[in-house]
Amino acid sequence: MFWQLDLVILTLVVFAGLGSLMVKDLLGAGILFGAYSFLMCLMWTVMGAVDVAFTEASVGAGVSTVFFVAAVFRTSRRTKD
Amino acid sequence: MKAIGFVIVLLTGGFLIYAAADFPGWGDPNSPASLHVSPYYLENTVEQTHVPNAVTSVVADYRGYDTMFETTVIFTAGVVCFFLLRTLLRKEPEDRLYRHVLTGVTIRVKEGKLPPSEEFERIDTTWTPHDLIIKTICRLLVPFVQIFALYVICFGHYSPGGGFQGGVILGASIIVYAISTDLRSELQRIREKTDALLSAFGVFLYAGTGALCLLLGFNFLDYHALAPILFVNRVMARSHGIFIVEVGVGIAVMGTMIWIYSVLASRGHYDEGL
Repeated sequence: MFWQLDLVILTLVVFAGLGSLMVKDLLGAGILFGAYSFLMCLMWTVMGAVDVAFTEASVGAGVSTVFFVAAVFRTSRRTKD
Repeated sequence: MKAIGFVIVLLTGGFLIYAAADFPGWGDPNSPASLHVSPYYLENTVEQTHVPNAVTSVVADYRGYDTMFETTVIFTAGVVCFFLLRTLLRKEPEDRLYRHVLTGVTIRVKEGKLPPSEEFERIDTTWTPHDLIIKTICRLLVPFVQIFALYVICFGHYSPGGGFQGGVILGASIIVYAISTDLRSELQRIREKTDALLSAFGVFLYAGTGALCLLLGFNFLDYHALAPILFVNRVMARSHGIFIVEVGVGIAVMGTMIWIYSVLASRGHYDEGL
């Protein structure tokens, strides 16, 4: 695979991961975490682990984001720290 | 406190990166895993199990014991969410909101309720706008998503996919329905008891297949034993055994996903929500 593509995806993974930790808005953090999962799914595909990528796309980017949104909907949207 | 946490995170991360340097390189043909374990699976999967996708045969057959407990972990996650979040105290809201189906007019009923009829449908107390476009599109989408999920479960032998992914997609189709309409209409179709029974039944199907092999005089989860029951030869018996087990995983994952979502979105009351 092209190393440029790897580099772009890896950079985005790091930024999405840091962003989901930094953001004060919990809904935004959940969505950024979904983006992180989806980029990790791309990484798995690049490495040829298609089954793992499929699981990551359905569980990580799909259902767990919905769970985060549901949890934020039922609690509060702002963090204290 | 924050500074201590930061230092600990930095130290742990540093150790992890330092340790990762000892791993064999990515795709290294001389690493122990590529020399001893993987070649056996890759070379024998078709003649021993009739499954071209080596990942599926490893997950459900060669390492089937592992996957059984992964399914149990999923089931446990559902049970834990139930015990942590579910509140069994039923408190009826003072006002009930109803929508007239044809005109979309919302009415509020104080004390008491309307008799069940075709003309009025009950809606949540936290009023959400009624969007016909989203409702219709999701309604059209759900059957296709479910057929794709069944395809993923059944074609795990030949293409990426399997019980976990297919089960999650099946659960997601129900969750999409719950989001597009409301939790109330989803719960009318799949009740809490069904969710719990489905997730327990999936694990039972997996472990039961293993126990059946044990009863027939073979090792636990050795699908050779199923050959006389399924009327196929021993190689195809392993393929079919993998399929049965994948269906079990799919059912367990689907039930658990819907269960967790419903408990989470309804704040444990299991009546109305997102």
